[in-house]
Amino acid sequence: MSGSTFVGMPAFPKAAHEAVGNTTLRANLRHATHTIRDKRAKAVAELDDWALLREAGKQIKDHTLRHLDTYLVQLEEAVTAAGGVVHWAADADEANRIVTRLVKETGESEVVKVKSMATQEIGLNEALEAEGIHAYETDLAELIVQLGHDRPSHILVPAIHRNRGEIRDIFAKEMGAWGRPAPEGLTDTPAELAEAARLHLREKFLRAKVGISGANFMVAETGTLVVVESEGNGRMCLTLPETLISVVGIEKIVPTWRDLEVFLQTLPRSSTAERMNPYTSMWTGTSDAETADGPRAFHLVLLDNGRTDTLADEVGRQALRCIRCSACLNVCPVYERAGGHAYGSVYPGPIGAILSPQLRGTASEIDASLPYASSLCGACYEVCPVAIDIPEVLVHLRERIVQGGPATRHGNRVVLKPAKGHAAERAAMRAAGWAFTHPGALRAGQRVASRTRRFHPRTLPGPGRAWSATRDLPLVPAEPFRDWWQRTHGDKESGK
Amino acid sequence: MSSRDIILGRVRRALGEAPRGDAPESYETAVDREYRREHGARTTEETVDLLAENLADYRAIVHRTDPEELPHLIMRLLNERWPDTVLVPPGLPPEWMSAADPPRIHDRAVSTAAELDRSGAVVTGCAVAIAETGTIVLDGSPDQGRRRITLIPDHHICVVRVPDQVVSSVPQALERLDPTRPLTWISGPSATSDIELDRVEGVHGPRTLEVVLVSGG
Repeated sequence: MSGSTFVGMPAFPKAAHEAVGNTTLRANLRHATHTIRDKRAKAVAELDDWALLREAGKQIKDHTLRHLDTYLVQLEEAVTAAGGVVHWAADADEANRIVTRLVKETGESEVVKVKSMATQEIGLNEALEAEGIHAYETDLAELIVQLGHDRPSHILVPAIHRNRGEIRDIFAKEMGAWGRPAPEGLTDTPAELAEAARLHLREKFLRAKVGISGANFMVAETGTLVVVESEGNGRMCLTLPETLISVVGIEKIVPTWRDLEVFLQTLPRSSTAERMNPYTSMWTGTSDAETADGPRAFHLVLLDNGRTDTLADEVGRQALRCIRCSACLNVCPVYERAGGHAYGSVYPGPIGAILSPQLRGTASEIDASLPYASSLCGACYEVCPVAIDIPEVLVHLRERIVQGGPATRHGNRVVLKPAKGHAAERAAMRAAGWAFTHPGALRAGQRVASRTRRFHPRTLPGPGRAWSATRDLPLVPAEPFRDWWQRTHGDKESGK
Repeated sequence: MSSRDIILGRVRRALGEAPRGDAPESYETAVDREYRREHGARTTEETVDLLAENLADYRAIVHRTDPEELPHLIMRLLNERWPDTVLVPPGLPPEWMSAADPPRIHDRAVSTAAELDRSGAVVTGCAVAIAETGTIVLDGSPDQGRRRITLIPDHHICVVRVPDQVVSSVPQALERLDPTRPLTWISGPSATSDIELDRVEGVHGPRTLEVVLVSGG
């Protein structure tokens, strides 16, 4: 992951601490997450076989991952047979080079884009800009983010941290520099703002020669790609340009056409809480000359960028089941308060906390902090439509960060050293291990702790300060449990 | 070594030499497909009612008529909004438009998107409609035309033959569709909820979707 937009990002606790102080952000987020989560519960309740659909989705994805090599080759054959060209990109830089070359070969210097997590992940817009190619985001929220020189903060509604007044100001100030300016006297009603975006973007759609997208699903059996969306900007980008370039993570494969019946039921209800999103587009290679329906040239860029490293981790691998519905963000108490930016990654929230450190590795401070950006309450696992056990992966990653251990980076097996900054934790664990194997010492220590409880500080000194700055220290009981048991049950025990 | 070989090599190393359980050849049995083919027991009539209800719930405007009245209904719907011209696919049944006045434009290969943008409305048929989700699916057949004609105009009138073209559920719809065709699934008009989650209709696609359910004949 190039992560160019997040360079210099502080670790999660610091970023979250700052975000929590922003009351506008917290109000916007609380309103948004609670609204979507309530609607989602209703949409899911309409299907009495939800648990079976969830299990089937999990099984389809797990099977696909177990045979990913087979399905990738099958997909390549099917796309090629349908007139598309398949490219393989091992990392972000390679994907950006491929896309830049393909755009340059068309002779164009601007492209229209469908909202895509994969292209954000690789920093494609910045890479194109560096080569003199302007990439226009066409999803309304992405447009708000792009015009505001900002970063997305949510997978599904990237501008959720902005309120209507802020959006009006951004449109009025910035639209002119990118094309058609905002109408005079633009107010902050959502309908007027959407109309301004429609007018601004339509001139771009109608002249665009190159479109860039991701995909929600790729069907190995048929070579079909699927994009789900609401606004119609996706349809514009997938239909009108002569050349379409889709950058898609290798984990987005499903084996058969029939598999879509599961995900087209679970994805819309989990993400926007709708029975079905307004638009779903499916295309298979290029259309034949007779119908000429859609782009004449289609390029599929299959992106690894850390996915095979994630696949190598048997516990962490399940993160690759993710269908990017964002249901886990909307139920997460940590996301609700900290906001998406604090995660320092294009994938925020609970899924980001397990996906980003696996895709990027845990070498940086922000990535090493992400597995701790959770209260482990488990709500994310409950709502996940493909049953990713996010808490399990969080704990697994925490263990690896504290203790080090085997991992795969860029396809190579490596042994990670324990991360810095966890010395106190490791020392405490070693001491606990020793104490539990020496019952006499444990008993003595507990008694000392109980009798000195009045003198215990409210915050820890030294390396423990960071821990106690965000938590209440547990009170030591007046009497150790073992003494209490001995006092209240000891006679019975010995009488037996 | 090509990136293709690198990535496939990494996948194989990641998965290890150990047996991977079920083989891709036996995929049929690898997934429990005990979920429902449709939700609830309904008569054909009830399924059509559910389609109408769910379409309307997502702010499509639903009309019901018979083949005889259809041309007059289409004429009325077009006249209400006075588009100067109407786009029609090449294979639209001519009788559907027999009562309508506006000049018809056929989508031709040489027509640019900007030319099509001057058209206010489009009339098409559909491939299948899904009751449980309130969805119409277009597959580029002659009565539906290319994807761009239902995208650029602001007003889309879609004719659904009931009950033949109506299914209950997403699984039943996929069975009927051909993946090699360019497919567009439409559930209500274009919409966004990006501004404080207030739903606004009509960002980029048609702002008005009218679905005409034609029964009998």
